[in-house]
Amino acid sequence: MDKMPKWADVVLIPLISLILAAILSALVILGIGEDPIAAVNLMVSGALGSTYGWGYTLYYATNFLFTGLAVSVAFHARLFNIGGEGQAMLGGLGVALVCLYIPWPHWSLALIFASLGAAVFGAAWAAIPAYLQAKRGSHIVITTIMFNFIAAAVLNYVLVNLLRPEGSMDPATARFPEAVHLPSLHEILAPIGIEFSKAAPANVSFLVAVAACIAVWLLIWRTKLGYEIRAYGNSEYGALYAGISPVKITMVAMLISGGLAGMMATNNVMGEAERLVLNSTEGAGFIGIAVALMGRSHPFGVFLAAILFGFLYQGGAELALWTSIPRELIVVIQALVILFTGALDNMVRGPLERIFLALRRGKV
Amino acid sequence: MDFLTLIQVLDSTVRLATPLLLACLAGLFSERAGIFDIGLEGKMLMAAFFSAAVAATTGNVWLGLLAGIASSLVLSGLHGLASITFRGNQLISGVAINFLAAGMTVLIAQDWFQQGGRTPSLFSGGRFEPINLPFADALADVPVLGPIYSELLSGHSVLVYLAFLAVPATAWILFGTRFGLRLRAVGENPAAVDTAGVSVVGLRYAAVMICGLLCGIAGAYLATALQAGFVKDMTAGRGFIALAALIFAKWRPWHALGACLLFGLLQAVALRFQNIEIGTFVIPVQMMDALPYILTVVILAGFVGKAVPPKAGGEPYVKER
Repeated sequence: MDKMPKWADVVLIPLISLILAAILSALVILGIGEDPIAAVNLMVSGALGSTYGWGYTLYYATNFLFTGLAVSVAFHARLFNIGGEGQAMLGGLGVALVCLYIPWPHWSLALIFASLGAAVFGAAWAAIPAYLQAKRGSHIVITTIMFNFIAAAVLNYVLVNLLRPEGSMDPATARFPEAVHLPSLHEILAPIGIEFSKAAPANVSFLVAVAACIAVWLLIWRTKLGYEIRAYGNSEYGALYAGISPVKITMVAMLISGGLAGMMATNNVMGEAERLVLNSTEGAGFIGIAVALMGRSHPFGVFLAAILFGFLYQGGAELALWTSIPRELIVVIQALVILFTGALDNMVRGPLERIFLALRRGKV
Repeated sequence: MDFLTLIQVLDSTVRLATPLLLACLAGLFSERAGIFDIGLEGKMLMAAFFSAAVAATTGNVWLGLLAGIASSLVLSGLHGLASITFRGNQLISGVAINFLAAGMTVLIAQDWFQQGGRTPSLFSGGRFEPINLPFADALADVPVLGPIYSELLSGHSVLVYLAFLAVPATAWILFGTRFGLRLRAVGENPAAVDTAGVSVVGLRYAAVMICGLLCGIAGAYLATALQAGFVKDMTAGRGFIALAALIFAKWRPWHALGACLLFGLLQAVALRFQNIEIGTFVIPVQMMDALPYILTVVILAGFVGKAVPPKAGGEPYVKER
């Protein structure tokens, strides 16, 4: 079976898939009568050319880090969690409740408990599909999709009927108090003499997301639980014979996954909007799927992929601002990335395996 | 609720159930052949856009329908390529197709029409007109039966009647023909079909293409009959509700009709009545919106009869050597 070296599987295939997606995206831009090279230039300068651009890129990347990690953890147990969107929405509710109803003396304390609140709400939202998969065998993909829709309805109801301040027409919560406002990267970097844009929304949750990456790496590759999750993902029956309970692994993996997706809300709800609005997640839950696929479910890969998608998001917004290319271009690019890295994986792997096989034969 | 209101609600039930029914039957063919398809939504959306775009440019709704079907077939081909030929993950492929459609439709719409991702509104020739069944006007005044005939049964577009005819047609194809027998077999035990000397790949591609055809009609119905033109994300989760209906129907055509009518009714009621009061208890409109999804979860959990999907569903077939 071992036809290819590991580095080719981990690095080369995603890279080729990415290049294929990029070529097709360029063709799409050509197709709508724009210049792909000019578009790339605009995206790069808009997303990476200034600390303002970086601030937005890192802000989006933070969202995708959380949702990407969420999808990957479930993926290690061979569970396909499409419910990141709903879990992140509910996470936002957790953050809002913690921030609105408890008088916090300092943002750091608020952040810890808001993260907990977000994780608990996100995990709770993942718990039902997880339980149904583990105990009743209902398909996790379908149930998590359904739970996205149900989450939207729940959030709509809560915002319109329960959390909306009196006299406000907007289906949104009140603004969070001043004390729980998270410091932006500008405020963090200013004391050490780095000038970072004030206007950009990147904030301290980026560091939390990086910490989450490390925590997930430790969990998956350095703990017994992580080993069990991977073992279960590799072979359900093998794990069963090794005395690993499928119910436990399914539940635990999905709870962690939902918790991570929920924690995204510390960035977009607490760090940026500073209140909970309808559709606060803006599709980040779905982008997590692309991020996890591209990053091969490895935290470091997820980190790189999240930065890449952060760049695409911010660059795409700049494109929409300065050219007639709509923002939806990023959705197309995202689709192509998912298609090539996820579904058409074997299209790249097949020829590559043959090449490596031929090379090996050449040596012998 | 008086009789006329009831008729009106049922009338919009039929209209709203039609795209669900077409998409549901589309999923039925695909999943019976062992190919899961969560890309129904994307195919419908793509077809909705291209049918509206072509109908708006040419003024001919039939050309629009053909364009819609063609675009949906292209996405089906892509799904087939990914999940049959390259044995990729069918769920991931479906997710990609949904994103592709959501992005491409707006991108192309903006490029062609510059109206913020929508097509121009469709006028007479570019839309499917309601068909008045014979004597509908004359019979309208007959009590009870008159309104049922003239309001509920008459006055729909040709695609509505087509969708309802597709139910017996599907039942016959699946359970009355050799092709249907083989198609079902390929979803249960592809190895057996292969041993019998029938092409698994061919059958699966056929099923996926029929799925594309039906999704194409469903999308065209949305943009050229139910509404007059394409707007961004106009499928609004109908592909997923159709999938839910398919599970509810336990992958059977006549049950699919019932499930789609039920979900159509839920949508019609939610559209017409915002908050429903039962005594002192108020059912909020959000509850009605979420009901199809909640129902699906309950059904999936096996609390209302067990839904058993085709055995080989989701598994790529690898021929033994």
